[in-house]
Amino acid sequence: MLTRLLSGDTPRSGLLTLLLVAVLISLAFAPFLFPGTKSLETAARICIFIVLVASYDLLLGYSGIVSFAHTMFFGIGAYGTALALSTSGPSYGSLVWGTLAGALVAAVFALAIGLFSLRVKAIFFAMVTLAVASAFAVFVSQMSWLTGGEDGLNYKIPRELTPAFKLVQEKVFGVRINGKLLAYYLVFFASLMLFLVMLRIVNSPFGRTLKAVRDNAFRAEAIGYKVVWYRTTATVLSAVMAAFAGSLLAIWLRYTGPATTLSMEIMIDILLMVVIGGMGTLYGAVLGATLFILAQTYLQNLMGVAAEATSAVPLVSTLVAPERWLLWLGVLFVLSVYFFPSGIVGRLRAGRA
Amino acid sequence: MATEKPILETRDLTIRFGGHVAVDRVSCRFDRGTLTAIVGPNGAGKTTYFNLISGQLKASDGVVTLNGENITRLSVPERTDRGIGRAFQLTNLFPTLSVRENVRLVAQSKARKGFDLFSIAESHIELLERADHVLAEVRLIDQADQIVSALPHGDQRKLEVALLIALGPQVLMFDEPTAGMSVDEVPVILELIRKLKADMDRTILLVEHKMDVIRSLADRIVVLHNGELVADGDPAEVIALPVVQEAYLGKAPEAA
Repeated sequence: MLTRLLSGDTPRSGLLTLLLVAVLISLAFAPFLFPGTKSLETAARICIFIVLVASYDLLLGYSGIVSFAHTMFFGIGAYGTALALSTSGPSYGSLVWGTLAGALVAAVFALAIGLFSLRVKAIFFAMVTLAVASAFAVFVSQMSWLTGGEDGLNYKIPRELTPAFKLVQEKVFGVRINGKLLAYYLVFFASLMLFLVMLRIVNSPFGRTLKAVRDNAFRAEAIGYKVVWYRTTATVLSAVMAAFAGSLLAIWLRYTGPATTLSMEIMIDILLMVVIGGMGTLYGAVLGATLFILAQTYLQNLMGVAAEATSAVPLVSTLVAPERWLLWLGVLFVLSVYFFPSGIVGRLRAGRA
Repeated sequence: MATEKPILETRDLTIRFGGHVAVDRVSCRFDRGTLTAIVGPNGAGKTTYFNLISGQLKASDGVVTLNGENITRLSVPERTDRGIGRAFQLTNLFPTLSVRENVRLVAQSKARKGFDLFSIAESHIELLERADHVLAEVRLIDQADQIVSALPHGDQRKLEVALLIALGPQVLMFDEPTAGMSVDEVPVILELIRKLKADMDRTILLVEHKMDVIRSLADRIVVLHNGELVADGDPAEVIALPVVQEAYLGKAPEAA
């Protein structure tokens, strides 16, 4: 049953299983295990980024396609939901149609880009996605009457998903059971479901064919696979999944703007998370996203503590000053790529053999 | 047999690369249940001729027909779909996947399950069984779980042949199937090719350098030289022709 839910793709490493179970339990009970606004924000971000990073791995790791337009699809999903909520009111109806419309637009865009540029060399596709994504970001920031421009959109979501809505008057285990908690569980279960769907896709006959196309497109054609259609379908699926992740972010933040969805910075973060976790395995997305976001959120605090503790030592305290957290994040990244070229999951699975 | 329609035919098939004519107006018919050896010195256009038939290259002029249908403008997978299969001279596999998975992918393509998104690949037992059956035939079953890139060269050559056998098309094109194989492996592959022709009534095209292989398998020899068809006929007669002696056997056989 569990194997079937995981589509037969078990972690195949004791330590990896342990880590994944730890992440799952932490996210499932985050509001109770780690009370507080900041930790709940972080947990929701991790859920959403696991979906986003996994959907990117569908392209990069499984199909061998390099795309820089992933944040564009993420943004399309977020703006779809955001626009629906701000134009047709905070109802579940507008939430659903906005999300579906975002996914549909993302699919159409991906289909067009795929058919137009996946026939030719991989580098050409990468360049086209970069150009289209940059153009889209400019377009969104210029269309301020619709998208709010650089300021983005603030909107209301259905009342049951906001802190104002109280499900139970008393606290349970010291935690308020309110709409924010419901919103978190919406994000959590939606992410879990999307992840399991992707896990099924990569372990389906289609997913296996993608790996063949990635390995040797020439031979894949010679045994009868129409490579362009497989690549295009992978691009469309990946775009739709990214759009759903975007919609979840839009619901969670009640705000959508270029900085939270479309920026090149997020694109690079996604790339790093895929590489750190391990390309070509969706479990890599789980570990990559979790570690990266934890580091992004808490490294600064951790360094603050370290700087305090070493304040007597002149050079060290300067080095670990909180404002240098980006430097250390960079060091961590270089080290992880150096020691785990096949990512954390690749390393763990190889260690077992 | 001569009155029957040919399975595969090329008419005035030509390809030019700039000023160089690599294959020059080659017209040839291939009948059901026959094995034709295509010989010629290096650079004669044998592999290019294969590429034109299986679609990796598009003809500048001329026509390729399969069962009477003009397939000259079709893509590689479309031709594969209609029954043309190809094993490559330079090993051309899926290197990061297992041996079994390589063959399973062929069986999956043949069963048209490539776009099945929602079932688990491993649950299609019949595809795994088909893969293991072919691997047993080429004697690779003990290596089924190995990753292809870690496989010795000779085994990779066997897998190359296994992929074509798993595809089991109407027309099978082998490009030096036994090159790089150890001496005791060669008869296994030759026996498989013989079986494909005799028991399964397939049409086989074989590029080969080893004369003993040709003698033991071929019904007919076609000689290419500088892209042109210079001789075509019964093996014993063709080998005796002066033009063949000069163009092909006069030169030292290549190591490849």
